[in-house]
Amino acid sequence: MRRAGPSAGPTPYLLILPAFLVYGAFLLFPLARSVHLSLFDWDGLTLATFVGFDNYIDIATDERLRAAFGHALVLVFFFAILPVCIGLALAAVLTRARVRGLPLFRTIVFLPQVIAMVVVAIAWRQIYAPDGVLNTALRAVGLDALTRAWLGDYTFSLPAVGLIGTWVSTGLVTVLLMAGMARIPAELFESARLDGAGAVREFFSIIVPAVRPEATVALTLTVVASLKTFDLIYVTTGGGPGSSTTVPSYEVYRRAFELGEVGSAAAVGVTLTAVIFALSVVINRRAERGA
Amino acid sequence: MNAPLRPRFAGLAAAAVLAVTLAGCTPGSGGTPAPTLDPDREIETDVSALGDRTLTVWDQEVRGGQDEQMTRLNAAFEEEYPNITIERVSQSFDDLGRTLRLALSGDNAPDVVQANNSRASMGAFVAADQLLPLDPWAEEYGWADRYPESILTYSTYSDDATTFGEGSLYGLPQVGEVVGVFYSKAKLDQLGIDVPADWEAFEAALRTAKDAGETPLLLGNIEKWPAGHVFGPVQGALVDSEEIQSLGFGNEGASWLTPENVAAAAKLASWQTEGFFNEGVNGTDYDAAWQSLAAGDGVFLMGGSWLAADLQDAMGEDVGFFVPPATAGEGARTTGGTGLPFTVTSATDTPDLAAAYIDYITSDDAMAILAETGNLPVVDTQQYAPASGVLRDVYTAFGSVTEEGALLPYLDYATPTMGDTLGEALQGLLDGRLSPEQVTEALEADYADFTAAD
Repeated sequence: MRRAGPSAGPTPYLLILPAFLVYGAFLLFPLARSVHLSLFDWDGLTLATFVGFDNYIDIATDERLRAAFGHALVLVFFFAILPVCIGLALAAVLTRARVRGLPLFRTIVFLPQVIAMVVVAIAWRQIYAPDGVLNTALRAVGLDALTRAWLGDYTFSLPAVGLIGTWVSTGLVTVLLMAGMARIPAELFESARLDGAGAVREFFSIIVPAVRPEATVALTLTVVASLKTFDLIYVTTGGGPGSSTTVPSYEVYRRAFELGEVGSAAAVGVTLTAVIFALSVVINRRAERGA
Repeated sequence: MNAPLRPRFAGLAAAAVLAVTLAGCTPGSGGTPAPTLDPDREIETDVSALGDRTLTVWDQEVRGGQDEQMTRLNAAFEEEYPNITIERVSQSFDDLGRTLRLALSGDNAPDVVQANNSRASMGAFVAADQLLPLDPWAEEYGWADRYPESILTYSTYSDDATTFGEGSLYGLPQVGEVVGVFYSKAKLDQLGIDVPADWEAFEAALRTAKDAGETPLLLGNIEKWPAGHVFGPVQGALVDSEEIQSLGFGNEGASWLTPENVAAAAKLASWQTEGFFNEGVNGTDYDAAWQSLAAGDGVFLMGGSWLAADLQDAMGEDVGFFVPPATAGEGARTTGGTGLPFTVTSATDTPDLAAAYIDYITSDDAMAILAETGNLPVVDTQQYAPASGVLRDVYTAFGSVTEEGALLPYLDYATPTMGDTLGEALQGLLDGRLSPEQVTEALEADYADFTAAD
């Protein structure tokens, strides 16, 4: 047997060196630089002053930023949790019921994922406009009382933006879950049927436990996507009305490019990265433990 | 258990090394110090005597007529002075605003840049010594005679940029902007109202339109800033101009909490409660609002002169423009300003050439070219007014406002955060969730924070 482990010499490290250099130059260096910048009060032009962790303390005390993180959590529900629930049901129906034209359905469900987010946002902005498709449809069925300027409403703009996220993520989640469900041996369903299980029992006792790994992947991807949402907010509401839909990544942009508070922007970015990292770890740990 | 830790440890070590390397340099310390110009140096106004040189210019003149005038003026300049090559870098207003900060602090800064008048842009660059004060050249070329003083104040800062509107001149604009009221002539005929001669008549016209079942005033405010262009003229009519000037420039000594300012906010709120605006203003696109006017879905639209060309294309002779004065017959006081001024960076190695270029593109000949290409020349505007159409109205209004009335600064010039504060406060006001007092308090907090910090 060949020697392994620490005594293998420098060869393994030399092999990963080129990749590591690229990784370091384009990821680790910018990350370290952001952490570094976040410790300064810097306008991007003049000499910066070192302020230690003041920028981070500001994040904790700034009401607007706290609200922004709160909005991001609401978006997690719309981008991740809701799509996984819908995706589970949809994928179960699509795999269990012998639907004709399955590839077609799969394509349609997946389609939003292929479209650039900016295009999606512009399209939905028109759907939500005061005389847009949604309000026109509501009026057509006599629900005039429900019509409103969806993206200009302090109560409904965040859910309205969130539902765009649901529409986008559901496809990805469904396709992932369908792949998981395809692996379940048919005998399992057969024996469950023989034991007298119905479709609902089948769903909860066979399908859901079986697709746990896929659900974890789906959750991780969509949670990350929801927390770093920028383009959607930028194009649809610009954080408005007021600051009712602003999210951390939009605040990074606003601070760095509009207000010239580069240090504070970096601090928000670093905090956001830490939150995303922590949530991903929690999701994956839980999934591992449960499996 | 030792082995798996190794790579992790190596990663940490690498990160630590990186952090240590980085900690060596404080952000903002890398740039080259601005070369100081000898105060006794002779200014060379003869460009052909400067030898073979390249002038790098960053502008945001990307739209149709803007791009055309810039191309023509640059070509003419190069033809007149064959020893000069102009390297033009053109990008949209938004892109320029975002990249300028980095460009000016980098090693290869351009010579001439268009910088927004606001404290967030020009003010920040002046404070960082990245722009050259142009006073010696202004004297040499007689720019004070060429431009009305009210226009020059828009690109004037004190050396440390604490005061806006006084101090040294840092740039010259080519074009002007004025915010007023666009209207559909056909709709006014239909309603039997004349073009309002003052604010009272304007409000009466809004009421008549409302009673006739029309949408009196169109506003698309999803972007947050458009409502500022409705509030500005309202405030102009109700509040003393010098007070607004101080508030807008973010200089000390004024207050948002005066009864007049509260009255201006209350006026805007009352227009909303009386139903003068279209449904759901906070959820309507800015562009959708003026397109509604063109489609005949409204009577009036308050907006800037930059909309004139598009509205003329869409509505032809049906669209008109006016700026109501507080009392009929006197000059109107309204929001407006200049296009982005052309400034000279302190990193340039040919300040004389840069200044000569700015002189050239703001000369009388240049103004004529600006007018020909559908822009609103900032100097002698009325002289270039076309014979008819909404552009004629715009030229006339701008001329009369700058000469007889008062051109008031955009309120978001005041502080780096004022754009957001104003936009969010006015969205709240239009939604009915903020009272006029709460709006002026929010604005005062922003303004007072900033002026106190200086």
